[in-house]
Amino acid sequence: MDSLNSLIDGFGTALTPMNLLWAAIGVLLGTAIGVLPGIGPAMAVALLLPVTYGLDPTGAFIMFAGIYYGAMFGGSTTSILLNTPGESAAVVAAIEGNPMAKGGRGAQALAAAAIGHFAGGMIGTILLVVLAPTVASLAIGIGAPDYFAIMVLAFIAVTSVLGASRIRGIASLLIGLTIGLVGLDQMTGQQRLTFGSLQLADGVDVVIVAVGLFAIGEALWVAAHLRRSTGKPIPVGRPWLGRADLKRTWKPWLRGPVIGFPFGAIPAGGAEIPTFLSYVTEKRLSKHRDQFGKGAIEGVAGPEAAASASAAGTLVSMLTLGLPTTAVAAVMLAAFQQYGIQPGPLLFEREPELVWGLIASLFVGMVLLLALNLPLAPVWAKLLRIPRPYLYAGILFFAAVGAYAVGGESLDLVILLIIGLIGFGMRRYGLPVLPAVIGVILGPAAEQQLRRALQISDGSVSGLVNTPFSVTVYAIVVLIVAWPLISRLVLRSRGGRKTAEESRTVGGG
Amino acid sequence: MRLRTPLALFGAALLVVVGPPLLSTGDGSDTGTQIPGLRFMVPNTPGGGYDITARTLAKNAEDAGLTHNIEVFNLPGAGGTVGLTRLVGEHGNGKLALSMGLGVVGAVHTNKSPSTLADTTPIARLTEEPDIVVVSKDSPYRTIADLLAAWKKDPARVPVGGGSSPGGPDHLAPMLMAQAAGIAPRTVNYVPFDGGGELLASILGDKVGFGVSGLGEYRDQIEAGELRLLAVTGPERVPGLDAPTLREAGLDTEFTNWRGIVAPPGLSPAERDKLTGLIRELHGSKQWKESMKKNGWDDALLIGEPFGDFLDEQNQRVATVLKELGL
Repeated sequence: MDSLNSLIDGFGTALTPMNLLWAAIGVLLGTAIGVLPGIGPAMAVALLLPVTYGLDPTGAFIMFAGIYYGAMFGGSTTSILLNTPGESAAVVAAIEGNPMAKGGRGAQALAAAAIGHFAGGMIGTILLVVLAPTVASLAIGIGAPDYFAIMVLAFIAVTSVLGASRIRGIASLLIGLTIGLVGLDQMTGQQRLTFGSLQLADGVDVVIVAVGLFAIGEALWVAAHLRRSTGKPIPVGRPWLGRADLKRTWKPWLRGPVIGFPFGAIPAGGAEIPTFLSYVTEKRLSKHRDQFGKGAIEGVAGPEAAASASAAGTLVSMLTLGLPTTAVAAVMLAAFQQYGIQPGPLLFEREPELVWGLIASLFVGMVLLLALNLPLAPVWAKLLRIPRPYLYAGILFFAAVGAYAVGGESLDLVILLIIGLIGFGMRRYGLPVLPAVIGVILGPAAEQQLRRALQISDGSVSGLVNTPFSVTVYAIVVLIVAWPLISRLVLRSRGGRKTAEESRTVGGG
Repeated sequence: MRLRTPLALFGAALLVVVGPPLLSTGDGSDTGTQIPGLRFMVPNTPGGGYDITARTLAKNAEDAGLTHNIEVFNLPGAGGTVGLTRLVGEHGNGKLALSMGLGVVGAVHTNKSPSTLADTTPIARLTEEPDIVVVSKDSPYRTIADLLAAWKKDPARVPVGGGSSPGGPDHLAPMLMAQAAGIAPRTVNYVPFDGGGELLASILGDKVGFGVSGLGEYRDQIEAGELRLLAVTGPERVPGLDAPTLREAGLDTEFTNWRGIVAPPGLSPAERDKLTGLIRELHGSKQWKESMKKNGWDDALLIGEPFGDFLDEQNQRVATVLKELGL
């Protein structure tokens, strides 16, 4: 109840006209930044740091949090409409959202995403208020072996998005893992696949890979086929979610946050893995599994809710431990230090007004974002009325700007184009694109956690299974892998008995 | 070739912007500390240490009226050596400076960078910060002596966590400690983390034997009693913190992380003096003093040639450690 009282005080802070204005500016900026590929919330907050120097810290952080949440909302817009993820967390939204948009259900996909973000953000922030201290102490209990176990689980889950042909899916995954290898080896500083180029030493940014494979590959593919297919604009259907849509989406909206929130709170968690795990979960649980890959609304709703909830989880670790789990949190941490405030165990005691004002402003920001994005969904969807040659020229332009904005390197444009050509080739030979992007995200992370775990245990393999958490995760992995086998055995024995019974009755008759 | 065209464009733009005031006979904007069109390059991502230093410098210079509109831009990559290489390529450009520090010295070696800091014009070292040796509050190591005893007995069993990749500050500090303690650096079990934040979780959760990181990031955790501070790596104790220096703990070594500014090679003495003059003025301003206090930076001003000698000496020190490790 104590935190509830503080929260009510926080609303007093957040609802002052000035702070409301900062929240509004933040969510607007954030949405715009999210829509533009390449420019992420981390960069935006960092660039605003010197500008906010003269502001009072509460106002500045309310704005930063607005940008963070707003970017999550905006990131899925281009993903869904143009197959061009604005952030790496929005990659999953493209898989189901883009086919929906192409089928004339763009507005519904956007609305499902917006409400998903709202649900995720709200549930995540409520969990933040209620669970902050508990989650924080759990987060530090998780170490390298546990992360590696989660990565193994994620890799097993990849198999369900491999598409119709397993071999093509695995080929795509391997392409992604290879791209993920580029750069300096984190543990020893050895160069790998950098061809002596310093620009490649930090590896290829996930945003460039995602934009290249999705947007450039798609644009080249469309360009190659436009002559043959009719160049008709994509239809824009009814703007609102129907009853059938709502029936299919309310459960994913509630399930997404449960997956997203804890991932946001743990170091090295972030928003990518939970969106992806949420997608796989929805696919397994859906009654419309055949629609997945062709525009299933559950596949938009769940992952988007997970993404926003992970943002709330990130704030838990940042506020209670001073632990940045994502790039945005790292920049916000730097901002705290600039104000002479040290986030950490003592923050809630020392700066209650700031913390609770910030948390209350998150609720305010979510409402603002929903009010902004829901009416905008049909407007955005009209983007698709633009004739395809112009539309895809625009996509290429924004993709190039985004890739350049990541590091300000012209070499990145060359890499983008090469990856785009790979994306084109993958479409030509029917390789699914998603496993490649997942490979780029998971590969380096899994490798680092595996090697870190082994190094901490001084090379002993037992170091991988020495925590209850990792053992539990591996048990789940074994269950998932063995489940089809078990269910088949059960079915066969049951089916076998039935046929035997049938034959007996037939024989008796 | 790739660089030529933008460079030419940049040069042309500079001429247009800077030319007229330069021609208008000295007075006006080109007097005193004013350097019109000055740009600060940050060789890592926004929000990092070099970024905050550069943006703070730019802001303070503006507020103190020393020079206007310093543009800060980021060119991240390869531990800062992408930015360094670009800087060295801008031969004779007196309107560019690179925000850098000890981390770049190490990155030059680990990335086998074609450009080194010896190719630059040293301007100034500005701030410094000692590293700290910390364990969680539940750690069996109560003092630095406990830790050293266990570490010497079996280095492999005491994993050291640090917030930088091999060659970076948090990697060098424990290696120097090991050397002083008579432990072969190659046997040190160093586990790199992606910055002090990720490392913090592993120290709090007792996943590593001990952690080495910058003081600023962990001050609050130490005050809250979540972390136990065993030693500071600088030459002197830190006021308000109850921890010995490495020397007091019997290790004949010290380590301090620092940040500074370098400029492209080939500057005329006048251009160089202009930059060092700006930094000197800035250093004396109340705005900078306030910023240092706010960010918890220790003053470590070292200007011009002495800073160049210091860079050489640091480079030697880093090279020796890395060579011993075979990096």
